[in-house]
Amino acid sequence: MEESADLTIEEIKQISVLTRIAMTDNELDLMRTQMSAILDSVAILNEVDTENVEPTGHSVDVKSVMRDDEKQDSLTQEETLLNAPQREGSFIRIRAVLE
Amino acid sequence: MGLSDLTSITASEARRLLDNKEISSVELTRDHLERINNLEKDIDAYVTVTEAIALEDARLADERIAAGTQANLTGIPMQLKDNICYSGIPTTCSSKMLENFIPPFDASVSTLLKGENSVLLGKGNLDEFAMGSSTENSALKSTKNPWDTSRVPGGSSGGPAAAVAASECVFSLGSDTGGSIRQPASLCGVVGMKPTYGLVSRFGLVAFASSLDQIGPLTKSVEDSALILQSIAGHDPRDSTSLNVEIPDYRANLSTGLKGFRIGVPKEYFVEGINSGVEKSVLDAIDVLKDLGAEVKEVSLPHTKYALAVYYIIAPSEASANLSRYDGVKYGFSEKDADTMWAGLENTRSNGFGPEVKRRIMLGAYALSAGYYDAFYLKAQKVRTLIRQEFETVFKEVDVLAMPTSPTTAFSIGDKIDDPLQMYLNDIFTIPANIAGIPGISVPAGLVEGLPVGLQFMSGALQEANLFKAAYAYEQATEWHKQTPSLG
Repeated sequence: MEESADLTIEEIKQISVLTRIAMTDNELDLMRTQMSAILDSVAILNEVDTENVEPTGHSVDVKSVMRDDEKQDSLTQEETLLNAPQREGSFIRIRAVLE
Repeated sequence: MGLSDLTSITASEARRLLDNKEISSVELTRDHLERINNLEKDIDAYVTVTEAIALEDARLADERIAAGTQANLTGIPMQLKDNICYSGIPTTCSSKMLENFIPPFDASVSTLLKGENSVLLGKGNLDEFAMGSSTENSALKSTKNPWDTSRVPGGSSGGPAAAVAASECVFSLGSDTGGSIRQPASLCGVVGMKPTYGLVSRFGLVAFASSLDQIGPLTKSVEDSALILQSIAGHDPRDSTSLNVEIPDYRANLSTGLKGFRIGVPKEYFVEGINSGVEKSVLDAIDVLKDLGAEVKEVSLPHTKYALAVYYIIAPSEASANLSRYDGVKYGFSEKDADTMWAGLENTRSNGFGPEVKRRIMLGAYALSAGYYDAFYLKAQKVRTLIRQEFETVFKEVDVLAMPTSPTTAFSIGDKIDDPLQMYLNDIFTIPANIAGIPGISVPAGLVEGLPVGLQFMSGALQEANLFKAAYAYEQATEWHKQTPSLG
């Protein structure tokens, strides 16, 4: 965040790969302009001295929550599969992961 | 009150009329369904109208009232923002990604409302995945402001705010990540309240930014806001951030005077860019608070100007993680037209998400990526600490803060949609409460050129009773909450 150099098209392409969002050249270009402007505007945080300041993740204390190990009702298999885009019997069907 | 006019009443008034058997829930529900039928072509506040469910809910509510076992919200017709799951009907998030998603479970707030036999009229429109300030980012429809249908209702809870303003429901539940309840409430002239983070369970609220999201009520009055929070607040083991605290009686402290009540006015909320009519309305409101006996003093929150930047790092970062689940495999939109698994995944996300959602996912992924994490995400979390501490300090001196909810009144549809940074500035006065996890409420405080202005109060964490006290006294001393848009 030191300098506000614009993002490059290569950087935007890399983010689109990481986030698994396919983009056309025009979309990449627009995203580059808009994201660069947003990153420019957040560079204002460089003014703030945060030496020895602890980060806040949540505004309340968050602890891992475990319930007692007792049997409870849960969704049925049929309910769980209700929204699957493609299914075969009691399975969700997807494309081959390994070619 | 004529029976043809039941849609204008508040939840508190409806409770009294229902309990006295002066009206039935079926009558109240039918009137609302008829109004929805008449107005929706102009307002588009609903994604789904659940007429059959509503009439059945109302019938059951009337039975319960006849048996004398009713709860606070029994028989009251309401709407839920369409990112709150309700079993068996679509929860779309106003996204193509979830257009056909039917949750097989209820959000905890839905369970609570069902437990009281309140009446579901339908689901309210929103900016896709609650990302936006105008509801123009909805992939399904654009909601119009009932005060001027060429203008936006605000967002992201634009459907809920417009529905309450147009009396298409008695109340609605929205979600507020950076102002998504309070800002549309301000622009539509209704009461919108964001509780302390953790007070209302987020289980079943489709996640946007988990450390900021909070469910709250949009209502026609402050008393209703307190009434509804009473029913939805409380600990939930299914939300790991849910607070296990005593819930006070939120209506116990409502009174018309504010003698000895300490109100701070933070000077950083009256800055360049604020509409002069909005500024005047809020300053006039502060004079009303003084007349009610409040001790008003100027305070300073110097880190306020960093809140927007903190938000636009933290919220997209959390969104990029939360929205990685949409892969077209288990549920939701799935692009069939692809040769390989990876191409299918990339096309699903490319065609299922709209531009603002993609922008935030990519921004968040960038801020979290190796080499940038410390400079962006960690830096933002540290400034978040400073903002939080600043509020803690000021609430040792004052009971609540008073400030504008939004820098402007409702703007025209299409005005800001092509400029993300301009759009983000709408939330400049609401975001700090989410960053700090504290509650805030917006109440109607005037009209500028026929458009509503909101007065915002914030309090320390879990001090909702103070918020309601200030908001109620102001509301009762003014006539603004009685103003309604002229419709059909």
